[in-house]
Amino acid sequence: MSAPENEKTGPRIDEPTGTSTMGHEWDGIEELNTPLPTWWLYTFYACIVFAIGYCVVYPAIPGIKEGSHGTFGWTSRGQLASEMDAAKAARAPVLAALDATPIADLPKNPELLAKAVAGGKAAFKVNCVPCHGSGAAGSIGYPNLNDDDWLWGGTLTDIQTTLEHGIRQPGDDATRTSMMPSFGRDGILKPADVQDVVSYVRQISGQEPGNASAQRGAALFAANCVACHGADGKGNRMFGAPNLTDKVWLYGGSRTALTETVTNAHAGVMPAWGNRLSPATIKMLAAYVHSLGGGEAFAAPAAAPAAETATSTGQ
Amino acid sequence: MTNMDPKGLTRQPPKRLHAETQAVYPRAVDGRFRRLKWAVMTFCLAVYYITPWLRWHRGPYSPDQAVLIDLEHRRFYMFAIEIWPQEFYFVAGLLIMAGIGLFLVTSAVGRAWCGYACPQTVWTDLFQHVDRLIDGDRNAQMKLAKAPWGPAKIARRLGKWSIYLLISISTGGAWIFYFADAPTLAREFVTLQAPSIAYSTVFVLTVTTMWFGGFMREQVCIYMCPWPRIQSAMLDEKSLLVTYKDWRGEPRGKKSPTGAPLGDCIDCGLCAAVCPTGIDIREGPQIGCITCALCIDACDGVMAKTGRPRGLIDYVTLEDAAREINGQSATPHWKLIWHARTLIYLGIWSAIGAALLFALGTRQHISIAVSKDRNPPYMILSSGEIRNAYAVRWKNMEARPRKMQLVLDGPAGARMWSEDMAKDMAARDLTRIIPADTTSPLRIYVTAPAGTHEGKLSFTLRALDQDGGQVSYDTRFDAPEDEH
Ligand code: SF4
Ligand code: SF4
Repeated sequence: MSAPENEKTGPRIDEPTGTSTMGHEWDGIEELNTPLPTWWLYTFYACIVFAIGYCVVYPAIPGIKEGSHGTFGWTSRGQLASEMDAAKAARAPVLAALDATPIADLPKNPELLAKAVAGGKAAFKVNCVPCHGSGAAGSIGYPNLNDDDWLWGGTLTDIQTTLEHGIRQPGDDATRTSMMPSFGRDGILKPADVQDVVSYVRQISGQEPGNASAQRGAALFAANCVACHGADGKGNRMFGAPNLTDKVWLYGGSRTALTETVTNAHAGVMPAWGNRLSPATIKMLAAYVHSLGGGEAFAAPAAAPAAETATSTGQ
Repeated sequence: MTNMDPKGLTRQPPKRLHAETQAVYPRAVDGRFRRLKWAVMTFCLAVYYITPWLRWHRGPYSPDQAVLIDLEHRRFYMFAIEIWPQEFYFVAGLLIMAGIGLFLVTSAVGRAWCGYACPQTVWTDLFQHVDRLIDGDRNAQMKLAKAPWGPAKIARRLGKWSIYLLISISTGGAWIFYFADAPTLAREFVTLQAPSIAYSTVFVLTVTTMWFGGFMREQVCIYMCPWPRIQSAMLDEKSLLVTYKDWRGEPRGKKSPTGAPLGDCIDCGLCAAVCPTGIDIREGPQIGCITCALCIDACDGVMAKTGRPRGLIDYVTLEDAAREINGQSATPHWKLIWHARTLIYLGIWSAIGAALLFALGTRQHISIAVSKDRNPPYMILSSGEIRNAYAVRWKNMEARPRKMQLVLDGPAGARMWSEDMAKDMAARDLTRIIPADTTSPLRIYVTAPAGTHEGKLSFTLRALDQDGGQVSYDTRFDAPEDEH
């Protein structure tokens, strides 16, 4: 039952809470008159004031073609751009130093070298991982960059050149191009001869003992292959001819894989990154690849006897 | 409802769901517990303000502040002890000891922490002395509070609040010196060159000190602090409590109207007047009582004047209260302190302390961490050798450079070299000098002859000086699986 409202005395006062009611009632339910707490109201007013200020200062009001610009012309795009600019500016001195340093001199400046390696690591992830893998370990047909076998040389300068001009890039005179004939497909060697050459190559790489087939292969090798791979089969970096006596095989060293190679030859390609990346980025990439453990001609600080060098970088 | 008028309308003052805050104007009191409180307060404040200024010489490579939480370099210095982030269990251990220490104190002497050492108590006490200094004692304070605002009152209030502010600023100010070299920071702070975090910390602590100590006071103890709840759950009939001995004091009164004999309490109300949390202990133990014992001092004074024995209000355990009611003599306090729970807490507390000390005494001052390259797990070199790569981190935790040797234990014929040396100098051990207080990262390559199988590999780090010490790290050497 709801108490009837008495016009003279105003709304009823609710007994348990001691609060007056608003004076209206629906189906026996009355509303207590509990005004909002003052702090809440002031917070609310402050929010309104803030909102108005916000609309003035920031882009907030939609229009037909475009919205309001806000008094400072702030945009999130602009903020991103300025952050990017700041990041670029922070990198600028390193990049300038890299531009000014010939790559062969990088080891003389260990600090810059370390920065280059770090930058190269990032650039590698963006540009090189699809072919060479995230750990740079490559796969069949894509060279492993961690090992010490280099088709075109493994010094900082060699790597830089390879990166810049790529492999088999038409229109780039300095591109790396090796030209192994398709001995089988073009009929230079008969299938049986191909097998003999394969036997010989597997013999000099220590994968098979010598036999009659290998002996025949030796003669064929001397006639067809030494021009590029050398009399001892150790390859030639001038032509990008691989060393056939070591344990590293770009396309596999099994009989099947070698037969395929000799019959059809392979012609792997790599982009000429010089067209796409800045010289500094190329230097960083070269430094990173060189740092993976197979880099050549970098016995630099080892001149100091391994003993007394203090190694440290902060924590 | 009975109190409704015939029309079903009631006119009653609204019932509040909480009690209005009663301002508390505790009266000054003197006595043994008051003097103990002065001593504890002086000691706590002295520790708080002086500690960061103590110096401790640690050699040229480390800061010479005795107690320093060096967040920037992630070190914690405490006199002769230096703690690295991975040794944070020492700090955790100290915190656990502090926690159990609170239990121990509570089981022995009740809520002594609340009454004497809690920062809220110490600062509130300090602010209440300021009140007495500026406004006078209890009655003067109450009169002033009622007086209308006028120049005199405004002047007094402003004077008092300025002193509050001064205390608050120096409280907030002292805190930051634990986190940086105190003299340097002090100079930077006044010349406005300190990091902004220093100013914001001081600001926040100033505001909270002023607000909590100057204005909220006992409200913090009664409504905000969780500790009284936990603590009252830890009290039992063997715990010391400040207790009004109603069996001795009642019936209270100045003069018996009927001539019937009265108890010792003359109902002077002094015990309630001196109480900093504004409670009347004669109503029995209550959560508002922080056991500061000032009411004991007050009542002891009254008892002395009226020629009765002291201790009408006193530290008593419930167990002992029962004895006293039965007319037996009270147990000496030192006996009350030593009961089973106290001893158990003391045991746990000292065990943790001993374990920490042992760990501290035996900890290595060098350490090594190795993470093996997994991508790729191994590498076959043109010679057929197998190479693995490792990121090795050597750590020198002393404040002087140390010569250390890294020794490889792995597959037969395995040799290592690092990125900073030529491969042809590969060997089974490497020696480096690691600078003071540093972790040195080094990339290590290990090669093993062709045909090596995967297996265990471990690095041992040895300090090559008279203090020695060595630590090892076990990892593995990966190799291709046999093709057959
Ligand atoms: S101070 Fe002692 S005598 Fe005075 S009211 Fe309190 S208990 Fe009674
Ligand atoms: S009742 Fe006594 S012991 Fe408890 S807080 Fe008040 S003065 Fe201190």
